[in-house]
Amino acid sequence: MTFFDLAVRNIKRHWLRSSLAVIGIVIGVIAIATLGIMGNSIGLMFSDMVTDVGDTLIVSPAAGVGGGKLTDREVTDIRRAVGSNVVIPFSTTADKVSVGEKESVVMIYAIPAEDIPLLLEKESGNYPRDTGGGCMIGSQVAANSRDNGLKLGARASIGGDTLRVVGVLKERGLGFDINPDYAIIVPYSWYSNHYDEDDYDQVIVKVRDVNDLDAVKAAIEQKMNRREEVVNVMDTRGILESIFAATDAITVFLAGIGAVSLVVAGVSILNVMLMSVTERTKEIGILRSIGTRRKEVMRMFIYEALILGLVGAAIGGVLSFCAGYVTTAVFVGNPDYLFHPKSLLYILFGMAFGVFTSVASGLYPAWKAAQLNPIEALRYE
Amino acid sequence: MPVISFENVTKVYPLPAGDVVALDGVDIAIDEGEFVLIMGPSGSGKSTLLNIMGSLDVPTSGEVTIAGRKISGMDDDDLTLLRRDHIGFVFQQFNLIPLLSVVENVEYPLILKGRQNIARNRAKEVLMAVGIAETHFSHKPGELSGGQQQRVAIARALVNDPDFLLCDEPTGNLDSKTGTAIMDLLSRMNRDEGKTIVMVTHDIRMTEYADRTIQLEDGRVVV
Repeated sequence: MTFFDLAVRNIKRHWLRSSLAVIGIVIGVIAIATLGIMGNSIGLMFSDMVTDVGDTLIVSPAAGVGGGKLTDREVTDIRRAVGSNVVIPFSTTADKVSVGEKESVVMIYAIPAEDIPLLLEKESGNYPRDTGGGCMIGSQVAANSRDNGLKLGARASIGGDTLRVVGVLKERGLGFDINPDYAIIVPYSWYSNHYDEDDYDQVIVKVRDVNDLDAVKAAIEQKMNRREEVVNVMDTRGILESIFAATDAITVFLAGIGAVSLVVAGVSILNVMLMSVTERTKEIGILRSIGTRRKEVMRMFIYEALILGLVGAAIGGVLSFCAGYVTTAVFVGNPDYLFHPKSLLYILFGMAFGVFTSVASGLYPAWKAAQLNPIEALRYE
Repeated sequence: MPVISFENVTKVYPLPAGDVVALDGVDIAIDEGEFVLIMGPSGSGKSTLLNIMGSLDVPTSGEVTIAGRKISGMDDDDLTLLRRDHIGFVFQQFNLIPLLSVVENVEYPLILKGRQNIARNRAKEVLMAVGIAETHFSHKPGELSGGQQQRVAIARALVNDPDFLLCDEPTGNLDSKTGTAIMDLLSRMNRDEGKTIVMVTHDIRMTEYADRTIQLEDGRVVV
């Protein structure tokens, strides 16, 4: 028989009340862990979706200058500024594309033919050349060929011109530069003729050495924006970082909501234990009168809170794992995210916070019990 | 040297309506092996005296020595350890811990002292000495009769081999036959084992068991 045994027996004596307190902790742990896992999964989902574009700068015209286009001359200036790094200017539009009877509106990227292989990977067929009237289609466009008629070898008619689909692109995912999965890629020369357009919408700069990213960015800005703001240079790594910072913040916020529910559980433990101290006043008086020290009374009550916390955290941990599986499988569609170290860490964190909350809530009642005057406590009925 | 000594002990309870003097210059010395009764009408200071003897309370002035230790200047922990190691309490209402079995109640003071290794055997030994059958050892206190519960309480008080037993109306909740049996037990402990016993009571019949009686009135010792 130890103080620990005594605490266990006290908990069992009021098993219903204790169970309710434990359920509070369980819910709190699940809330923290699940919301944390969900936030983390959203972040993971983003990083999986977004192509690795850490080496890319996107140069776009500063708002209001030159009608929002970059001229040939400006592109040449950019080429000079970045030295040996790859510069890919492109334009984008959307147009009606028909194949036979089938017609759909599709996004069109116009990229100089020689640059297409530098930027995009092909799944099948060939890259289009400046001559020959070819184009490529994105993976999702190809996947919808039943509706839009666009597939390898199809003849696509755009505003009276006919282009043959010579290649299909590999799936690329969400990008900050271009999103070709749902688009048609045409050689810029064709675009320029067809739409009578010589300017570019944006310029992609692929930096050979990622460490040069900031230097290249500075070089472009220095060259182009000397007199006035002509271009904006976006650093995709920075965008990625700010997105991850945002999803991290969301995760912490979500886990914070979970923590609130655990604090509520803590209050209920505080309540249960205060009730218990009042009910057991006489018993505490007896224990004190026959030689139990204050710190021993305190320890007994803290053990009770600790046991409630440990049981709650253990049950909550197991259920969090299940809830995490459901969350990742149903909401995010990838249960693998559950096994990401950070996700598992949220379960551990939830459990630790559960135990901590429980013990913290037990401190005041335990202190109160220890401070009881033995004479008055003995008299209590 | 006396087991308990009070020298000019005063206890004052400050109340808004004016101070209440519960003990007023009390001098008492109780020697080892004595069986002493403390009697007096209600309000005479019996409870206060008992609380101070039990180191549950401290005097306002005067010197109290318990088991050779002056209690002035002791902190709560010192007083608690003094109770644990030197004083055996027997209450009118038995005051056993309902969560613990009979034998666990008795071994509890030993466990407080960190003597787990001998606790169980010692508890059984003392229980048998006070007349509790082994079949009751694993029962909860509530399952026993009042007389049996008081025997268990006496066993708990004796288990640490205290310097004296402090009994507060130990037969007050028992019928006269059971009460007599309990008094016989206490008397035997005093006679055969030389246990010092201090007992607070209203019951004049108890004087036949005691060596002497301390009579209190208005916080003073009158006899």
